[in-house]
Amino acid sequence: MPARSPDSSSEPLPSEESIFAESGDLATEITGTADGDIKVIETLHDLDPGQIAAEDLVKKRLGPLFWIAVGWFALVALLALLAPILPLQDPKTTSSCVRCSASPEHWFGTDTLGRDIFARVVWGGRVSLAVGFASVAFGIAIGGTLGVIAGYFKGRIEAVIMWAMDVLLAFPALLLALVIVTFRDSRDVGNIILAIGIVAIPPIARLVRASTLVHSQREYVTAARALGASNARIIWREVVPNVALPVLSFSIIGVAVAIVAEGGLAFLGLSVPPPTPTWGGMINDGRAVLDRDPFISLIPCAVMFLTVLALNLAGDRVREYFDVKEVGL
Amino acid sequence: MSRKVISSTTKAGAAAASTNLLRVVDLKTYFRTERGTVRAVDGVSFTLDRGKTLGVVGESGSGKTVLSRSIMGLLPKRNVIREGHIYYEGEDIIDYTQDQMRSVWGAEMAMVFQDPMTSLNPVMKIGKQITESLIHHLHMDKHEADETALSLLSSVGIPEPAQRLEEYPHQLSGGMRQRVTIAIALACGPKLLFADEPTTALDVTVQAQILNLLQQQQRERHMAMILVTHDLGVVAGRTDHILVMYGGRVAEFAPTPVLFSDMKAPYTEALLKSIPKIDYPSHTRLEAIPGRPPDLINPPPGCNFAPRCRYAQPRCLKEDPPLMEGPTPGHLYRCWFPVGTPEGQEALARNEAAGATAAATPVSIRPTNVEEL
Repeated sequence: MPARSPDSSSEPLPSEESIFAESGDLATEITGTADGDIKVIETLHDLDPGQIAAEDLVKKRLGPLFWIAVGWFALVALLALLAPILPLQDPKTTSSCVRCSASPEHWFGTDTLGRDIFARVVWGGRVSLAVGFASVAFGIAIGGTLGVIAGYFKGRIEAVIMWAMDVLLAFPALLLALVIVTFRDSRDVGNIILAIGIVAIPPIARLVRASTLVHSQREYVTAARALGASNARIIWREVVPNVALPVLSFSIIGVAVAIVAEGGLAFLGLSVPPPTPTWGGMINDGRAVLDRDPFISLIPCAVMFLTVLALNLAGDRVREYFDVKEVGL
Repeated sequence: MSRKVISSTTKAGAAAASTNLLRVVDLKTYFRTERGTVRAVDGVSFTLDRGKTLGVVGESGSGKTVLSRSIMGLLPKRNVIREGHIYYEGEDIIDYTQDQMRSVWGAEMAMVFQDPMTSLNPVMKIGKQITESLIHHLHMDKHEADETALSLLSSVGIPEPAQRLEEYPHQLSGGMRQRVTIAIALACGPKLLFADEPTTALDVTVQAQILNLLQQQQRERHMAMILVTHDLGVVAGRTDHILVMYGGRVAEFAPTPVLFSDMKAPYTEALLKSIPKIDYPSHTRLEAIPGRPPDLINPPPGCNFAPRCRYAQPRCLKEDPPLMEGPTPGHLYRCWFPVGTPEGQEALARNEAAGATAAATPVSIRPTNVEEL
């Protein structure tokens, strides 16, 4: 067998020039759009669909898990919102069918007093979600304002505000909420919101202050000042929009925490008084028969668990999503 | 309102001041720190005429950025001591409050910052960032401001300006962003523009474009400009005067041609020699300035450059040279043994013969900088 000369056997290697000639256009396309990472992936995908799989495009977006979480949450929120006009059974009316298991008549069965669990879960969601969102909104309104003031003006104002926040933080959160609820005259939704909202102030204030400190040191704030913008204008136009992103994604997780807190209060019998259904209250109702009919407690438990999990997942994903964008900036 | 006040007082303040846009007299800016008082700017004086450009040159820590921010009043109030006088259009603005400065900022003085990546608000559209000050200072309505922003963007050389107005900063490249910050700074037609190392954060290829843009805008608008840089090469062809700063003080101040043809301060010479030249043979070692910038908290006695100076003599370590006027009027420098004078040459020869300066800094005999290949 004649020895094959290495020259003839090997494939002609592409010259360096031809490699670069082919990648040249791609490279300019990439550098041209390198500022936004999603854009880069999209461009790469358009240029060469084989190289960048379609999944990568999805990955750079929010992802299916996020949409499942949002879907679940939207379902719960929609049902809660529309509860008064939905053809639900009255959540407060007892029936003769006590602790019945699931049936076409009672989708989730009935509780110890024969009330429809499905209707109670939906109506209980109203309380949970209202408390969750309103208390975080309250926390952002007060804590956010304090945090921005502390972070922007610094000095003595900051010292006083942060000292007050530290004092507030030093109380065990549930205990503080307990005290507030106990000393208010009535236990209506408003007071529950107030109690949990006050507990939410210090962590939000700390987050906002930290974020404000960072952003008010940035050069665009100096640049705005060098153009003659007033403090109020700088805070509203330059600092707050930048601080809002991390705070909003954090607040989604905050809502989940507030829902759990409301559940805790309700479990202790300190939330909205019965017979108004709340998730925590329903869990408490089923506690006595947990060994025989665990579904009475477990169904509201599961709904609360899924809702809180959905909020956490969505919140985390949103935070990551915006973080990536921050890096791109 | 107060803008009118300023200009009317100047008119009344007579022809003498009519060309002087900015006169800085013995400006001092100190920072109180835990380690002591940092004399970042220590007695700087200069004048700048209308429509002229001044280059402020010095290495990192020489106080050039603090000088520009101090003149503009952009430094924090706490732990900062500012003394001296800053006459802008004949009016001393050093004691202006924030509210008073607000009428000066943007409309009278503006600044282009070093890093366009951080000097634009990431969550606000480009158009909004430009129109804001137009609406605020010049009381334009939305439509008028939008049109002005459009023409500003095209004047700073941004392609497809209409589309850019709707974009966010992260969608633009570094060079484009710096063009946007220039457009924002120029928006209200300032009479004085500070450019604080406007090209340091940019690619070399873009640097010249941005500098040319600044120069072109400065000429077209008959605007005075203070160009702060660490690179003598940048200011060489673009400025009327150059102020060389060292350790917060003026090392040399001269009209640009005079400075390059007849520099007196050894620091200026050392700065110039540290620039690589294209016609040097390859592997030529750069002539770095030995040592570090001076301690601004406890400055040693004598000339602050003496420890690093090739010309340093015993006198330089004891006596601080005052600002002296050179052979050309308006040429100021601070040195006992100026470059190019008999005393200076003698001092250098003595140090080269001894192999070290009076401050014990080793001195090699030039040129010995071609390394073996």
